[in-house]
Amino acid sequence: MYVFLKGLWKEHPIFRQLLGMCPTLAVTNTARNGLFMGLAVIFVLFFASCIVSLIKKIIPHEVRIAVYTVIIATLVTIVDIFFKAFFPDVSRALGPYVPLIIVNCIILGRCEAFASKNRLLPSLLDALGMGVGFCWGLFLLGSIRELFGSGNILGFTIFPACYNPLVVMILPAGAFLVLGFLVSAMNCIENRRKR
Amino acid sequence: MNELILIFISTLLVNNLVLSYFLGICPFLGVSGKIESSIGMGMAVTFVMTMATTISWLIYHLLLLKFDLIFLEYVAFILVIASLVQIVEMFIRKFSSSLYQSLGIYLPLITTNCAILGVALFMVTKKYEFFEAVIFGFSGGLGFSLVLLIMAGIREELNFADVPGNFKGAPITLITAGLLALIFMGFSGLVSS
Repeated sequence: MYVFLKGLWKEHPIFRQLLGMCPTLAVTNTARNGLFMGLAVIFVLFFASCIVSLIKKIIPHEVRIAVYTVIIATLVTIVDIFFKAFFPDVSRALGPYVPLIIVNCIILGRCEAFASKNRLLPSLLDALGMGVGFCWGLFLLGSIRELFGSGNILGFTIFPACYNPLVVMILPAGAFLVLGFLVSAMNCIENRRKR
Repeated sequence: MNELILIFISTLLVNNLVLSYFLGICPFLGVSGKIESSIGMGMAVTFVMTMATTISWLIYHLLLLKFDLIFLEYVAFILVIASLVQIVEMFIRKFSSSLYQSLGIYLPLITTNCAILGVALFMVTKKYEFFEAVIFGFSGGLGFSLVLLIMAGIREELNFADVPGNFKGAPITLITAGLLALIFMGFSGLVSS
């Protein structure tokens, strides 16, 4: 159970390990985009861990990174085609950041650090924990940016119409600022718990 | 010619890979601690990015389009990048040991630098011609190096600053990057596209 839970908070991929920054910052201009990116990462991470954990004995040690990358690239191609077919608007909004999941260091990192050394069940739990942790991080970041940037969350209006949106929140600069403050808030909570 | 210069300036300053597309953030946060190492990383990335974009363009247009294999785009590109990094590493080790000393440790990191794959993918979506693609790759790498260098300079000074406890390390770096992105937004009028 610990294997699953550590990804949600203690070793949170975004706020604690600072992995996978590129999709984290790029697609979280709305909560919906963040959520879809998170789901895509959960899918790829889950099945990549599953495959790597099953064939870990067959892969020659020297080329293992290349093998992992090809497995991940294949899974990402599936996700990309799926999004294009069923959620064309999401596919357009995420654009090249869907294929960029391939080089998301969380996935390669979990395959290398965990799935290649553990049996199937722990690997799956680990992947699921990390994926869900990543997903809620993206959703939180996306919600904050959407809330301040346009006054909505998931399209529902939260702030009254007289609210003057902070456009900078949707722009790249806002992503860095919000993430910086979120990480420091995380540090603050963690430091207080230690005391 | 005009087109090429426009692409160069727009990729270098206006649509900077790091600050407006968030590509290559991992090395940007990881290696920007010292000016010296950021120069090494910047050179390695510029070199590999130019080569990778060139070769990916050739593969995409001469192989994938011709034989209707576009669904293999991602797998092909990532294989090109991974093998390119490997070849470049072996080549540099053989021919210039001083260059290898300065770039060596950064080369393996480049495979997972999303900026390289990102540039290759953008080149396809923007439908660039051959020379446009080469310039795009080169200026993308230069833009990455530029931002990395600025950031390393700031962070070396930041070591002497009195940062509040919870902001030490990653948070203050991210906020600095945010301010840098705000500054780079000032370039946005330079090229209208």
